[in-house]
Amino acid sequence: MKRRTRNATQSLAFFLLTICCLLIVVPVIAIIVYVATQGGGTISWQFLSEFPKNQAREGGIFPALLGSFYLMIGVVLFALPVGLLAAIYLHEYAKQNPFTRLINLSIINLAGVPSIVFGLFGLSFFVLLLKMGSSLLAASLTLSCLVLPVVVTASREALAAVPNSYREGSLALGATKWQTIRKVVLPQAWPGILTGLVLAVSRAAGETAPILVIGAAFSPILPNSPLSQFNAIPYHLYVVATQIPKMPKQIQWGIILVLLAMVVLFNLTAIILRIQLRARKRRWGL
Amino acid sequence: MMLDFSVKMKTESVSLFYDKTEALKKISLAIPAHQITAIIGPSGCGKSSFLRLFNRMNDLIWKARVTGQVYLDTVPLYNPKIDVVELRKRVGMVFQKPNPFPMSIFENIAFGPRVHGLHDRAKLDEIVERCCLQAALWDEVKDKLRDSAFALSGGQQQRLCIARVLAVDPEVILLDEPCSALDPASTMRIEELMQQLKSQYTIIIVTHNMQQAGRASDYTAFMLMGDLIEFSSTKELFTSPQDKRTEDYITGRWG
Repeated sequence: MKRRTRNATQSLAFFLLTICCLLIVVPVIAIIVYVATQGGGTISWQFLSEFPKNQAREGGIFPALLGSFYLMIGVVLFALPVGLLAAIYLHEYAKQNPFTRLINLSIINLAGVPSIVFGLFGLSFFVLLLKMGSSLLAASLTLSCLVLPVVVTASREALAAVPNSYREGSLALGATKWQTIRKVVLPQAWPGILTGLVLAVSRAAGETAPILVIGAAFSPILPNSPLSQFNAIPYHLYVVATQIPKMPKQIQWGIILVLLAMVVLFNLTAIILRIQLRARKRRWGL
Repeated sequence: MMLDFSVKMKTESVSLFYDKTEALKKISLAIPAHQITAIIGPSGCGKSSFLRLFNRMNDLIWKARVTGQVYLDTVPLYNPKIDVVELRKRVGMVFQKPNPFPMSIFENIAFGPRVHGLHDRAKLDEIVERCCLQAALWDEVKDKLRDSAFALSGGQQQRLCIARVLAVDPEVILLDEPCSALDPASTMRIEELMQQLKSQYTIIIVTHNMQQAGRASDYTAFMLMGDLIEFSSTKELFTSPQDKRTEDYITGRWG
């Protein structure tokens, strides 16, 4: 009797676990499949490489695609050095005291701040106070602030995963702390740092609220300097989906598919990067 | 007790505090030059902490505080003016667990000279060969210097770590239980190696293995709960210990 209830409990638990797992996986696959079937027909070389025509009802999405590309480069340029150096300082140099604990806590909390708040911060600080205008530069910096916590946290975890015995071995040979970090610690930590960076960039690529507030421009003009106005895929999609009457549905699906593909591509890159670096490590017997 | 040897390093009533606990209690000890000095004692007696005073590795531990003084020749080490990086070049260290870097065998040995500014390829080649020979490793690695150091066995890795230390040309080598992770054959090789090296270097070895201290050292210090109980030539310490506690420990009555 007792045995039977125990077995029944176990079956029930497995059933619930499986259901929960499916609840996560099925919607993701459903979304991807649905978007791909709806938008697949729109995607063509012309769609990606041409300027929009007739208020984006026809033509392509090239300016938005290029704008998003520039934004991501900007995020890498700002968020990687700042995030990585902050992580190095926090993990390798800073003493463990209430102040550093407070900083760590703040970084974790920063990751939970809604993106619109970052957008408003970017508007008041970069756009207005520093007079950058509604530019690529201001948007890149704002998105960088948004993803910095991710970069810092991923970098810190990557640094923490490097065994202390390497640091001791290097210091005991008379290497300075900086030499130790540069030559022994960082080479080991790169896979984790890069994975974190790619995920951060993919998040920045999909964000709409901050660039909406900063003032992305729905114009078919290509940005030609960091201070130029710009368009980006998420913003283009927002305008196309809400602001323009008689917008053909397949254009919207096409843009959604491009955005989704961008994010999936980034995540895939992160995964492949990690697999490759791990394989290299394994070849080295680590 | 009279000891006639030339002193390479010495401690003068050194105490070490971790936060408020006193891990070492006013230890004064002279280390003979070109000899092997073993530090023995039960686990937790402070022998590893004591060893780490000689190259200031305790600096890396938060809230570790040192009073008293340690000398290398006549240079006081616990002095704000001392260049710790320079000190660690003169006093090398080999750790309990072999800790080669995740690089090739060559890169491991060239690491020290490189961080000290040597980049000449021919000289590096020469140093790598000399150090491998000195560490009795050359025959085993000469054809695979480009291979990962992790492909070596534990004993080979530990000899690689010794070669890596030799490459920066130290005067003193600190060995922190270097054989505790090794099999008896590898242990033997390390002990032989120490005998070959002592003509050129001063060696201090921490070991929890009394037989090893008895076999491989010239002088032995016995520590107990942060105190230095007895120090004399190894032969004397093991045949006629002066202190009852030393006698109890080496005869295996406890510990």
